Amino acid sequence: MKPNTITIDGQEVPFIPGQTIIEAATAASVYIPHLCHNPEFKPHGSCKLCTVQVNGRSCSACTMPAAEGQQILNNTKELNDTRRSLTQMLFVEGNHFCPGCEKTGNCQLQAVGYYVGMLDTHFPHFFPKRNVDASHPDVLLDLDRCILCELCVRASRDMDGKSIFGIAGRGMQSHLVVNSDSGKLADTHLSLTDKAVHVCPVGAIIVKRTAYLSPIGERVYDQEDIAEVALEHDQALTGGEHG
Amino acid sequence: MSMQPTDLAVVNDIIQRHAANPTELLQILREVQASFRCVSAPVMRVIADALSIPVTQVQAVTEFYSFLSDDPVGRYDIRMSDSITDHMLGSRELAEYLCQRLGIKAGHTREDGVVSFHFTSCTGLCDQGPAAMVNGMALSCLDQARIDCIADLVNAETPVSEWPTEFFQVEDNIRRASLLLEGAFEPGAAIRKALLNGRDAMFNELDQSGLRGRGGAGFKTALKWRFCYEGPEGTDPDDPAIARFVVCNADEGEPGTFKDRVLLNSYAHEVFEGMTVCAALIGSRQGYLYLRGEYLHLHQPLLRVLEERRRLNLLGQNILGQTAFDFDIKIHLGAGAYICGEESALIESLEGKRGKPRNRPPYPVTHGYLGKPTVVNNVETFMAAARIAVNGGAWFAAQGTDKSKGTKILSVSGDCERPGIYEYPFGTTIAQILADCRATDPFGVQIGGPSGTFISAHEFDRKMAFEDLATGGSFIVFNHTRDVLEITRNFMHFFAHESCGFCTPCRVGTSLLRNMLDKICEGHGTPYDLVELTHMAKLVRTTSHCGLGQTAANPILSTLERYPDLYEKRLKAISFEPGFDLDGALAISRQLTGRNDAHAHLEQVG
Repeated sequence: MKPNTITIDGQEVPFIPGQTIIEAATAASVYIPHLCHNPEFKPHGSCKLCTVQVNGRSCSACTMPAAEGQQILNNTKELNDTRRSLTQMLFVEGNHFCPGCEKTGNCQLQAVGYYVGMLDTHFPHFFPKRNVDASHPDVLLDLDRCILCELCVRASRDMDGKSIFGIAGRGMQSHLVVNSDSGKLADTHLSLTDKAVHVCPVGAIIVKRTAYLSPIGERVYDQEDIAEVALEHDQALTGGEHG
Repeated sequence: MSMQPTDLAVVNDIIQRHAANPTELLQILREVQASFRCVSAPVMRVIADALSIPVTQVQAVTEFYSFLSDDPVGRYDIRMSDSITDHMLGSRELAEYLCQRLGIKAGHTREDGVVSFHFTSCTGLCDQGPAAMVNGMALSCLDQARIDCIADLVNAETPVSEWPTEFFQVEDNIRRASLLLEGAFEPGAAIRKALLNGRDAMFNELDQSGLRGRGGAGFKTALKWRFCYEGPEGTDPDDPAIARFVVCNADEGEPGTFKDRVLLNSYAHEVFEGMTVCAALIGSRQGYLYLRGEYLHLHQPLLRVLEERRRLNLLGQNILGQTAFDFDIKIHLGAGAYICGEESALIESLEGKRGKPRNRPPYPVTHGYLGKPTVVNNVETFMAAARIAVNGGAWFAAQGTDKSKGTKILSVSGDCERPGIYEYPFGTTIAQILADCRATDPFGVQIGGPSGTFISAHEFDRKMAFEDLATGGSFIVFNHTRDVLEITRNFMHFFAHESCGFCTPCRVGTSLLRNMLDKICEGHGTPYDLVELTHMAKLVRTTSHCGLGQTAANPILSTLERYPDLYEKRLKAISFEPGFDLDGALAISRQLTGRNDAHAHLEQVG
């Protein structure tokens, strides 16, 4: 085998030392499902949708450095079944009602659900009581839909330099919190141009007055599935394909 | 919202005593909680501003740790240990009785603000339970008479400092001593040996001893220390500018484990000495003892030992006259979070954050506390290292098995006549331990706590060793009267409560597993639920982020493997019953309308 190469489902994939498995895969146009990963940010590894088998062991592709000799399984029935269960777990943990959601058709959680063949939520719903914060003039925060990926937390802290969001609580009580005395978005310096407003993969952070602008059929995931959209997006950010 | 000037002064005083250092956030919040019985929103703001951190971080830490709260707890904050061993000693009945005597519901603060009652994860007094804590101080050997007395003391508002001292008596209960627990130790002996023989010789001794980490994972100690000394790739190990840290993990949270409590109570010099020897070898100036909040009663005695060691020049500057050998140890208290026993979560907690396990690699030996090379070892590991430094590697390696050298200290509790601390050479059979602790009619043993393995009576010839039954030290005996499903249920409630919430499989999966097991135990389970239970247990095991999630399903998987019949006996004959409780869904409507007649109920067909 050539140096600096891993194999994913039997396909040889080159990597640059320092790359994670998902970065190498993306560059080679191999899609590994993910929600909390976004190439613009430091690897996080919380959603576990990118779980792959590396030499027989389960690993998160978004945090595991690529290394010589890795035999990786990605697109297998077993792993996709696991991903379907994890997606269903995210659904029952919050309150997700796709048909009425402003993000429907443009939502990564919904799109991943389609991708992994999810036909129902399978597990009993927890129906947690969570709040909506509509205080901000331009941005709506609907915690029913938060999947705790911390992308807004990371964006606000690392790119906007504002640290407007945080995660508090423990276990199933974990929840997104807002950095102001009232706990409301209106009392922060959040602005529409903040990166944090635009990284939410689901419908938890919504820009007001932008809902349902695209008719059904013209929404992001009506046209392409998430594998295609994610590869285009992630490749554009990391300098395109290689290999 | 504003604060009284006197309250503000108290808060500012606490902050100043910690030099407004963000890494001290958890310590500051502990003291605020003790002073005000809660961390209120205005206080969070004051702390955030003083420490120059977002108020969300203060809120995040407050909400993460069980012993901190944003709502006021009672002036008598009572927390009853909810370990399975406490249950077996009747803790649940005593709790109910106490709540009745106090006129209070579990999980609540009484309206007059005098007292609050909560259940809490194992407090580490399994050999002298049922146990509880009042204002953080351990209460042992509870029975109805003691509960009566406690209820009277609370209702009369007698200060805790005036309560009978025997309530707070914590015994060592050392039943079997071997290499580590027997024989005297002269403080300073190990450091002298290390300074005399030098780094390479000491690394060799440690290597020869075969010592592996005693927290359960069993990483070779010599290797860990050497990696830390060498630091990240490309650094010069002898560069004095490189900061390195020595951290002793005394966050002994695995239910059924209490050996570290005894070691810190009666062998603290050995533990601190092991840390100091480590500092000498790796070149560290600062050590931390991360003491679990449940062991608050050990805090002052340990501070006195540290003070004594400074007097003896075993800590501080130029230790034992060695120029530039400066090292000191701080004690950092936890606040009720099992996950902080995981080494990278512990480091996060030391830095004043939520105990969230980090992504690895990189590992703490190269990127640990404040991103610097850090050795994190268990209390027992440091103690063993101190003894090995004095007596040599061969002395230690002479006992145990080929792959598991030396001895292991066990915390034995449950259905036996002599619960307490037992030190055995590795390779000892479970049968031997059961005989020594005079187990009564043993049915099974939980080895290594809930995250370990439940073994049945057919397996008592198995051995305690890394190559067979690895354990951090918890050894809980169950007799034939115990219900395996109830034991498993207790463990699953524990994991769902202690999951940090970072990754999906553990956060959601442990709660799903808990609910599935509840459904089966409450008589609503069907064969389909067993399939689901197994499926979810395997998913949580394989996809979780850290050791907590990866082992959280062990209670289910290990009992299901051994006692499928006990699970099947609890199932209904029908193939499926929905998890949705039709009648339960009407409960709120009944409450709102004040109705409870037959028409206000729906019967589930199944």
